[in-house]
Amino acid sequence: MDESRTPAARLSDTFGHRCARLWKHVDPAIAWAFGCIVLVLSIGSLYSSSFLSPEYLLQQLKVASFLGIIATGTMVVILLGQIDLSVPWVVAVGGMMSTAATGWGPLGNVLAIPVGVACGVALGLVSGVGVAFLRIPSMVVTLAVNAVAQGLMIAHTGGFSPQDASSPAMRFLATGHSVLGIPNALLVWIVVGIAVSFLLTRTTFGRIVYAIGNRERAAYLSGARTRLVVMAAFALAGGLSAFGGALLAGYASKAAQAMGDPYLLPAIAAVVLGGTSILGGRGSYLGTVAGVILITLLQSILSVMQIEEFGRHVIYGVVIIAMLLIYGRGRRHSE
Amino acid sequence: MRGDGRYWLHEHKGTLLAFAAFIVMFTIYAANHPAGLNANVATTAANKGVLLAIVAIAQTLVVLTAGIDLSVGMVMVLANCLASTIVDGSPLMTALGVMGVLFVGAACGAINGLIVIYGRLQPIVTTIATGAVYYGAALALRRVPGGDVNSSLADALTGQLPGGIPASLALLLGVVLVVWLPFRRSVIGRAAYAVGSSEIAAYMSGVPIQRAKFVAYTLSGILASAAGLFLTFITYSGEASAANGSTYTLYSIAAVVLGGVSLFGGSGSAVGAIFGALMFRTIGDLLFVFNVEPLWQPLFQGLVLFAAVCLGTARLLRVHNRLDLYG
Repeated sequence: MDESRTPAARLSDTFGHRCARLWKHVDPAIAWAFGCIVLVLSIGSLYSSSFLSPEYLLQQLKVASFLGIIATGTMVVILLGQIDLSVPWVVAVGGMMSTAATGWGPLGNVLAIPVGVACGVALGLVSGVGVAFLRIPSMVVTLAVNAVAQGLMIAHTGGFSPQDASSPAMRFLATGHSVLGIPNALLVWIVVGIAVSFLLTRTTFGRIVYAIGNRERAAYLSGARTRLVVMAAFALAGGLSAFGGALLAGYASKAAQAMGDPYLLPAIAAVVLGGTSILGGRGSYLGTVAGVILITLLQSILSVMQIEEFGRHVIYGVVIIAMLLIYGRGRRHSE
Repeated sequence: MRGDGRYWLHEHKGTLLAFAAFIVMFTIYAANHPAGLNANVATTAANKGVLLAIVAIAQTLVVLTAGIDLSVGMVMVLANCLASTIVDGSPLMTALGVMGVLFVGAACGAINGLIVIYGRLQPIVTTIATGAVYYGAALALRRVPGGDVNSSLADALTGQLPGGIPASLALLLGVVLVVWLPFRRSVIGRAAYAVGSSEIAAYMSGVPIQRAKFVAYTLSGILASAAGLFLTFITYSGEASAANGSTYTLYSIAAVVLGGVSLFGGSGSAVGAIFGALMFRTIGDLLFVFNVEPLWQPLFQGLVLFAAVCLGTARLLRVHNRLDLYG
């Protein structure tokens, strides 16, 4: 350190350094995604100041939690370098099986959410076995699992006409408020998010997930039990999708067949907008949070501004492409 | 050229298997159909099958370059909505309308290709996003289902040729002869296979990768819009249905896989995908013929699809080095 400089200058110097170092650690994708959230909100506030009110923002975060929980599972699978196309019907299975369990009496009422999640885990395990042990491309096996789940649910609802109203616990988690008026759904998402980011960054399982996404062969050769990890990751994704479905059933107070359809593409888009590489191995949970909030806000603001449905689809697609062109581009051949 | 037969067999194994499986299934279907195999039964089956087969060829072209096109269904829906608006009136107007629909399809495919090539985005996310845009355009054209189409052209293409042969099969043959075979035999077609096998190796050998990808995506768009046209000829109307679009996208992937085209790119053929599509349709019809309760049909269809994709696992038995399993 240079003795001739004042302590204040030294302090500001180290502060500047620290900021620079901190900035280096920030993933540009996440910075862009949060920047876009601010941009979307400020465009919205030009239209109406209610876009900045706490009620509106909390309401949006509540709606975002459902997508957030589903996208969490999608992200884990994408980190492996795989993809889960079974989201639509696994979400529906989660919603429909938990409402069906509600119809079994008092015990079923308690077990509603666990039953739904367990069904999702089971379907995820099937995909996981297909990908990890049978080496079928994940796009194909999850497509097939989606078809089987659809068939099961159509046979189940048509043949046994189970109850489709959700249990009080599901409604409480999805629509209630507990602490300081914070929606319970948001609290659930926070808990899920913290648990999964702990899993991804602080446990062997998480490190192996990233390793497999980078190069499965290397992960295998370094002694990781890659197949078990892949299987577990798909089971986790199935469970989270189904959990999201159970909450959605609570939110709408009933389960419906097509309830999962609007979640597959937004979940993938949210994960990718958050800077996770679709090829796997790279990405952080914070980015996914940003992606989910961004997608939810975009959808909400476009509908509040009364842009017609076709315009919403077009803007939605263009924004995703534009953002990815800014920061999600691949390498050149010559690099 | 002795010894070539083995390589030929190896290259076309997937196609031949799909062909054999389709023949077996269709024979069972025809033998058990309550009305027997008359020209009408064949025409109805052929129309449904050809529609999916054209989408499957569109998907194959992109999959061969190791990409994937999740917007094929949406391009088809867009073409359907457009065709129900402009393919009508005098023969000249109709012809211009058909050209217009195919042109829009080509433009959609070209946009996908340009974003993938020059934007360097992954095909899967690109086509998810462009699919949303194309669906929005379809919705703008047709907010409520409706419209009309030149019925004499529609009837000619969905009806029967003299002799009772379904006209749609002739159409499919035409697509194979006019689009697929020239593509497969051209330098660009070979380049598409090379890109799919190993993009780096293709780049190093000076293969025109960008042109190959661009042609593959554009042709895929044209074929997807041709499928949309054909859908309009079957239904006589247009509908901007998101469910329709995503169903056809997913079915096209299923057909491609059943037809022995590798999703990793570089191997398989559109002919295989055609038989994959016809087979996939026949599975659904078989359940109908055997009087499976409609309630259970989706489950059986799902299980058959699942079993079919598991068949590819047989190759694991021939792996000597476990390391070969990991990419």
